[in-house]
Amino acid sequence: MISLSYYLVFSAALFCIGLYGVLARKNAVAVLMGIELMLNAVIVNVLAFWRFRTPELIAGQAFAVMVFAVAAAEVAVGLALFISIYRRRHTVAADEIDLLKW
Amino acid sequence: MTAMQVVFLVTAVVTLGGAVMVVTARNLVHAALWLILTLFGVAVMFALLNAPFFTVVQVVIYIGAISILMIFAIMLTRRVMQDSGPQVNPGWWMSILLALLLFGGVDPLLALGKALVSPDGYVLPFELASVLLLAALIGAIVVAWEKKS
Repeated sequence: MISLSYYLVFSAALFCIGLYGVLARKNAVAVLMGIELMLNAVIVNVLAFWRFRTPELIAGQAFAVMVFAVAAAEVAVGLALFISIYRRRHTVAADEIDLLKW
Repeated sequence: MTAMQVVFLVTAVVTLGGAVMVVTARNLVHAALWLILTLFGVAVMFALLNAPFFTVVQVVIYIGAISILMIFAIMLTRRVMQDSGPQVNPGWWMSILLALLLFGGVDPLLALGKALVSPDGYVLPFELASVLLLAALIGAIVVAWEKKS
């Protein structure tokens, strides 16, 4: 049997790889991909805790469902924003979208 | 070493390798395809956790909907896809440093995590925040909508 800590190390590694992608990539769509990796790591974490700590409660699965819902909404809105930005400024490079930069 | 552990290790290596390719691939379409591999790996993880429902949801929602949306967005914002310049910010090494620091130092967040989800803690505000977030996101769709004149 695989112990809980293996899942946690796996999800922590996945989260940190996603974090690197979010912070380092220039293309906004690539940043969104990094966010997806991080959210997936979170779901693995939630489900691992549910399986190993409270398999008799439904709360863990409910949390995972919420994360799924928020992730789907977030991707839809993010991509809508990027397409809107691209239409106006003809770029989705994160360092060129600097209207709010002082 | 049991068969389960072998499957777990192979899946973990494939998934993490795919994730590294997602954040380093120069061609964004390739990055999206690596993302699909990574999401499949996570789906296998859900299967290993005895969560068949989430395996199906992962394949249907993440791979079937979110990845396809990503590829659509990449193709609609075509110019940057073929950008030959550097794909990362000048401060990329700081990102690596922060990611490694986080990997080594997540312990101080233990109490906050416990308080957020305990029944006599902050579970209700937590839920309210999620509803608020969802409403804000739907509002963002309306804002981003292209108005036909």
